Formats: sequence, C-alpha cells, structure tokens
Amino acid sequence: MLDLIREFSPGLAILLTNPQFAFIQLLNSISQGMNLFIIAAGLSLIFGVLKVINFAHGVFYMFGAYVVHTVFMDWGAPFWVGAIASALALGVIAAIIERTLFRQIYEAEHLMQLLLTFAIVLIMGDLAKVIWGTEQYSVSYPASLKGATDLGITFYPSYRLMLCIIGPLILIALYWFAERTRWGRMTKAATQDREMLAALGINVPLIYTSVFILGSALAGFGGALAAPFSSPVPGMDATLIVECFVIVIVGGLGSLWGTFVGALLYGLVFNFGSVIYPNGQDVFAYLLLLVVLLIRPWGLYGKPEAGGH
Amino acid sequence: MTSPLSKTGMAACLIILILCALTPLLQSDYLIDVVTEILIVALFALSLNIIIGYSGNVSFGHAAYFAIGGYVNAILLTTYGWPLLPSAVAGVLAATLTAAIVAYFCTRLTDIYFAMLTLAFSMLVWAIVFKWRSLTNGDDGFTPVHVPAMIDDRTAFFYFTMIVIVVSIAVLWVITHSAFGRSLVAVRENVGRAGFVGIHTRRMRWQAFVIAGFFAGVAGVLFGMYHRGMYVESAFWTQSAQVLIMTLLGGIYSFFGPLIGAAVLFMLERLTNEYTEYWPTVLGVILLAILLFQPDGLVGLGKRIKNKFGGGGSP
Repeated sequence: MLDLIREFSPGLAILLTNPQFAFIQLLNSISQGMNLFIIAAGLSLIFGVLKVINFAHGVFYMFGAYVVHTVFMDWGAPFWVGAIASALALGVIAAIIERTLFRQIYEAEHLMQLLLTFAIVLIMGDLAKVIWGTEQYSVSYPASLKGATDLGITFYPSYRLMLCIIGPLILIALYWFAERTRWGRMTKAATQDREMLAALGINVPLIYTSVFILGSALAGFGGALAAPFSSPVPGMDATLIVECFVIVIVGGLGSLWGTFVGALLYGLVFNFGSVIYPNGQDVFAYLLLLVVLLIRPWGLYGKPEAGGH
Repeated sequence: MTSPLSKTGMAACLIILILCALTPLLQSDYLIDVVTEILIVALFALSLNIIIGYSGNVSFGHAAYFAIGGYVNAILLTTYGWPLLPSAVAGVLAATLTAAIVAYFCTRLTDIYFAMLTLAFSMLVWAIVFKWRSLTNGDDGFTPVHVPAMIDDRTAFFYFTMIVIVVSIAVLWVITHSAFGRSLVAVRENVGRAGFVGIHTRRMRWQAFVIAGFFAGVAGVLFGMYHRGMYVESAFWTQSAQVLIMTLLGGIYSFFGPLIGAAVLFMLERLTNEYTEYWPTVLGVILLAILLFQPDGLVGLGKRIKNKFGGGGSP
C-alpha cells in the first residue's frame, strides 16, 4: 500500500510515515496562514464597513515590508519598532487616501470603486520604485527570534512560532474591538444604516476613516512581519492581493472569523498541497476557492447576496 | 439588425477601414506594428464589453480566455506542428469552452461576487499556465511560436489580422444589434424586469460570456502569432485590469467605445514609454482624473470622442 502511495506521491508517503515532518508542515501552514490572516483581516474589515474591495491593500502590504527594511535594517532600530512604524506609516497614508479619494466614491458603482483602488495600485507601485529602487532587499530576523525553539517532538524556527501566536492574538483583539467597545458598536451600526446613525449625531465619515486606517495599518504590519522571508521587491503586491482575495472570499466577505478560517485553510492547502504534489502549489489554492464557491457562493461564513439571483 | 449604422457612421467606418488598409503603403514597419497591435487589443476590449456593456456584469478575469486562445494555438502550431487553420480554430474553441464552463458558475452570482469569481477562475488559468512547464515553458514564456509561412511577413500578417478583426467586429455588431443584443441591454438595465417580460436572464448572461470568451480567444490567437510568443503575464489579473480600463476609457455604453479606448490607451502607453518608465503612474492619474473629475463618468468621454468621429469623419 505504502509503495503505491510512494509511487503516486513521495511527499505524501513521507507525511504518512514521519509524524515529525507532518508536524512541521502543520506549523508551516499555521504560521503562513496567520501572517496572511493579519493582512486579509484588514481587507475584510474595510469591505465589511466601507463595502469597497480594496485592490491597493497589496501595495499597502508592500510598503509595510519596505518601511520595516528602512527602519530596522538601514536605521538600525529594533525590529518591532520597525513593524510598528510600518503600521503607523500605512495608517497615515490610508488617512490621506480615504479623506481625499475614497470619500468621493462611496456612492459610485462598485466598478468605479475597483478602478479607483486600482489607480492607487499603479501610482503607489511606481512611488515605491522611486523611493526604494527595484532591487530585492533582505530583512533579517529580529535578534531575539533568530534561533529555533525546542517543541519536544521537533525544533521549529522561533520567528514562525511567534507568527502562530500573534495571529490569534490579533483575532481576539479585533473581536474585542468590534464587540466590546463603543467604536465597534458604532462601526456595526454604520454597516446597517448610515443615515440613521448620522441622524443620531454620530460622525459617520470619521468611522469610515478610522476603519480604513485600522485595516490598512494591519496590511502594513502584516507586510513588516512577512519581510524577513518575503524579501521586499517590486511586484510582491500583485500575487499577495490575490491570495488575500482568495482567503476573504473563502471565508465570506466581511466576516472576521471567516477570514481567520480562510487563512488557515489557505495555509494548509498551500503547504500540504506542495508537499503532496510539488508542481501544483498555486493551483491548489485556487481550487480551494472554486470548491468553496461552488458549494457556498458567498463563502463559508458570509451571508447570501441580498435579492438573490 | 434593428438599427443599421447611420450614414455618417457608415462613412466614418469606411474611411477608417480604408486608412487602416492603406497603412502598409507608408512603408513604415513601426506604423504597421502599431496598427496591427491596436486591432488586436481593440477586439479584446470589444469582446469584454459584451459582458460589461451589454449584460451588465464586470468580469475581472477576461485575460484568461485571451491567454488560453493564444497558448493553445501557439502550442499546437509549434510543438505539434499543426497547420494554421485547425490550430487557430482549436485555440478559439478552447477559449470558448472554458468560458462556457466558467460562465455556468459565475452567472449564478452578480456584482462583486461575479467579479471576484471571474478573477479567481482567471488566476487558476494563470497558475496552470505558470506551473505546467513541460507544455507552456512556465514563466520563461512560450517562445518562439512557429508562424506559418503564409503569414510570416509583416505586411501579410497585417492583412491577415485586419481581415480576421474586421469580420469579428462585424459579427459582434450584428450580434449586439440583433434582438438578442437588445435583450442583453434589458438585462443590464434591469434584471428583474427583463425576467418578468420572459427573458431567461441567467441564460442570456451565460451566452454573452461565451461570446466574449470566443472573441477574446480570437484576439489571443492573433496576439501569440504577432508577438511570436506567449507569456504567463497575459493571463495575470493585471492584464484583465488593463483591458477593463481600455473598455471603460472608451465608454461601455457605445459599441465602438472600447475600440477607441483601446487605441487611445495603447498609443498613450507607447508614447509615454518613450519618455519615462513610469507609465503606470500616468495611467493611474488618467484613471483618477476620469473617475473624480468627469461627472458623467467615462461614458460621456466616450460619447464625445465618438461624436468627433461621427461628425468630422476622421479625428
């Protein structure tokens, strides 16, 4: 039996016979999934409230990776200072973009919104080239997380373990924000009925701005966390944004928990897929999306389209 | 055909057609190349507009069918040594068939979900082209494509392209101005009401998608032979975005709008690239300017350009 499997896929045979290897693949899946979750959560949050699919989210991620390179590698600040600087920088950029551009198009058709965000992708992509050039940078791991941690069964890179922990922490923090704070309740109300909320004296545009800032800061932070293994380079945004779309759609547009599950699924399918069938890693991720959409077109935790079809 | 071309429109078309046909007389390789490529992207944009302008859905993955047509034709011609006709037909059929399957699933959805699902399918096509190295040569690009001797010459290929494109555009014109095309517009304007008067809206949207896939395939076949190569980027989502911008720039509510948008954008890109490498910024700024400062949207811009063509005969 095992020989048969080995012939079909040597990777699968190793997975079945070597629990240590399987465990490492599992951790790889989770750490990749969690890094993507941090970024995709921002996209999902923005869509949930602003109802805009933001193509520029990938460029924000790329800026995050570049900023951490500048602050951490060039200026010699600690890694975490760099990561927070990335989040802050993207928050500022997002505030400017929301106030000057996005505000004009909330009432426009979805198509116009998509194109506006695409225009931002084009311009910011070039801006990154002007600021950082076209070379590929390498970002080292933060000193405290350089080595590997002994997990009993196996050793595993500490930095990746940190990602496995920080992802759920951010999920909890976002949940707490959304469910337990006044800001969260107002945000929820803004998705239900903007006009009513405004009539009650709440500054709705400010809510929109703050959501956009938070979502974009997550992209910057996620980009900074990814920098040590993604190595900032022009064009890194184009594939990432599609990965985020896959995650957000699989989970269901606008659902935070769905995004979390989608990101985990993506990590699992990507990593185990590429072990079992090394030629097909990207294909598997899109197949996951198709399978989910064929069964539940609105995603695992999304709501069906209003009006039906 | 319920509304034939107006006399001035017909005259404008004829003049442009003749001007195009005479291009090789100017003995400029550059000009022939430019016109050939504009014709190809124009058909690509026109095909997309069948989905957007006529059935009212935004496809964000139209590059997939373009790439499938191009790759299948290129591989059959080069790797398997097929003659031109069967290989081109196979390329177009492959694109059409894929579009038919994808459309079956996508037309269950509308709006953002439709756009995202078309995007996902196109990225699946991209991933397959990218990973299937033995057949497509992956990200190194499939090149050189063996172009049949008959059209293996700049001028000959130009006339070949022109005939194929003009016939395709004529067929698209007939389709969009038939009862079928009118019903499509009804679906775009109001799906609910179109359904009430007895139009099978989902089937109509499916048919529009398949037709669009067919002509994107034709454009892809020509593109692969013109460039003597196919590249994975042609299936990537940015390519779909580019053709979407062309279509919108020209105006989605007029038949010839996308053609004009394609020509304008293509020329702008060529000219910009001679001065600066920052074409994306230029494109982004154009896009922003139109979205923010053109109150009646791209449609108005398209109409104005069209009026110029209709009124003055030539620009």
